[in-house]
Amino acid sequence: MTTQPQDTVISMQGVHKWFGDFHVLKNIDLEVKQGERIVICGPSGSGKSTLIRCINRLEEHQRGRIVVNGTELTSDTKNIEKTRRDVGMVFQHFNLFPHLTILENLALAPIWVRKIPRKEAEAMAMTYLERVDIAEQAGKYPGQLSGGQQQRVAIARSLCMNPSVMLFDEPTSALDPEMIKEVLDVMVELAEEGMTMLCVTHEMGFAKSVANRVIFMDFGEIVEQNDPHNFFNNPKMDRTQLFLSQILSH
Amino acid sequence: MAEVFVAAPDLPPPPSTVGVIGWLRENLFKGWFNSTLTVLAVAFLAYAVPPLVSWFLIDATFIGDAETCRAAGGACWSFIGAEFKLFMVGTYPNEATWRALLSGVMLVVLFVATARHMMSPLVAAILWLLLPIPVYWLLGGGFGLEPVEPSRWGGLMLTLLLAVIGVVVSVPLGVLLALGRRSRFIAIKSLSIGIIELVRGVPMITILFMATIMLPFFLPEGVELGVLHRVQIGIIIFSSAYMAEVVRGGLQGVDKSQHEAAAALGLRGWHTTVFIVLPQALRDVLPPLIGRCIALLKDTSLVIIVGLLDFLGIAKAASQDPAWLGFDAEAFVFCAAIYWTLCFSLSRYGRSLERRGHGAFRD
Repeated sequence: MTTQPQDTVISMQGVHKWFGDFHVLKNIDLEVKQGERIVICGPSGSGKSTLIRCINRLEEHQRGRIVVNGTELTSDTKNIEKTRRDVGMVFQHFNLFPHLTILENLALAPIWVRKIPRKEAEAMAMTYLERVDIAEQAGKYPGQLSGGQQQRVAIARSLCMNPSVMLFDEPTSALDPEMIKEVLDVMVELAEEGMTMLCVTHEMGFAKSVANRVIFMDFGEIVEQNDPHNFFNNPKMDRTQLFLSQILSH
Repeated sequence: MAEVFVAAPDLPPPPSTVGVIGWLRENLFKGWFNSTLTVLAVAFLAYAVPPLVSWFLIDATFIGDAETCRAAGGACWSFIGAEFKLFMVGTYPNEATWRALLSGVMLVVLFVATARHMMSPLVAAILWLLLPIPVYWLLGGGFGLEPVEPSRWGGLMLTLLLAVIGVVVSVPLGVLLALGRRSRFIAIKSLSIGIIELVRGVPMITILFMATIMLPFFLPEGVELGVLHRVQIGIIIFSSAYMAEVVRGGLQGVDKSQHEAAAALGLRGWHTTVFIVLPQALRDVLPPLIGRCIALLKDTSLVIIVGLLDFLGIAKAASQDPAWLGFDAEAFVFCAAIYWTLCFSLSRYGRSLERRGHGAFRD
């Protein structure tokens, strides 16, 4: 374990990962500072989801170092649990617990992981539900909510653990077009409050207005990273130019 | 300024597709093949139903002795009435019959309350797990009640006792075996697989014989178990293996993303199992689990092989009563009717669970 300057939240050095023979992450170096909002884009299979899933060790990297809030991720279960408490994650398919009510979805981890008394945890859950504007659905089950509502619940569920970093894995890709905005609005609000965020997304409007860094990945490598203005207007690499011309042409 | 969009009004469906005519057309006379089958089925019913009705009802004797029955020629239901206590509780002593009755009432009340979803699943599970304690006390006596030897327990009471305790104990054991089978620890995993596959590889009768003959060898010095208890243990072992396989199906059906969501929130392995995976797995396999319960209820009739007189066994014994010779058919029809009622109510309960499962709780 090493201590790092206060403002570096995530540090990845020379990270490699393989799925069997498939080299999915190649020599990833990435520093994320407190309050930074990073958008990661790239074609499917480029390793962007795997990259952020390594940060809370849903995937295990095989070479290199990943340090989150001063804790290095190794096979040490204690460190993994600590990191997962500090890092929130929002999934493409929401992954709410279908057998629990919305309120129970939110309160479960605070009660059993943070050991907060049930009453307090539920009160806290309600304040987060109000923040994502969905408090009146607290007693319903996930299956009774629209996709956009479910994703907002998923964001609130992560926030209940009071994380210092939020990871978003294509949070709007499974949503109907009419529901994307309500989820992005919540994410923009979070960004404005200073949350450190890493978002895998193809919402380029969100990237332009919210991100302070955009990373483009392909073939398991970081091809190019820059602030949004320069990334979209003066991409340096031909691969980036091609990708941008394809996703922005319509 | 945009034009205002007005949705077109809903029109009623064509009359020939709804109502009685529509139903007959759709279900009984759709095409020549379907129509032929309908006519044949009606002809068969006309041939088979009248003799059955006359045997069951018209020529049947409801009050009277064996002679009246033989004279009437139909079914002899008074035989069932005369032997009713034997059918229900076997040779259980008369002065203690109320205890068997009270146990039965407890069982029925708990079943109805569960089937009508009057309690939370957790409360229901706890009550079912506790049920054997008062039932064993009532039936067996002790602590202020006159003791009754298990060898005198019989009839429907014995069948229900073996089945209910078999289910109540084998479901949690099955869950443990299923979890063990997926364990990361190779010793636990191999042991679970070993037990499950060994038990599933032999017929239930073998297990019952093993339980009655071999179990005593494994018991510590001084501990003695009656045949009934040994058979009960055999039934539990047999049923656990099958329950485990049903539960395993449910565990495998819970999506990996649920594990990931739980892990991302920092939940530990056993928290995830208890709060996230098991509730979903069990909910998904409740219908096949109920199916296993039905199978177990019927399988208990095999205990006749090791000399216990369960419901079916007592029916056979009753029809050999010299005062009522020749009424086997009535005994077995009655037996079948009771088994059918029990299994059908269980099956209906399973259906109601399936419908609930596909309602709001689904993702």
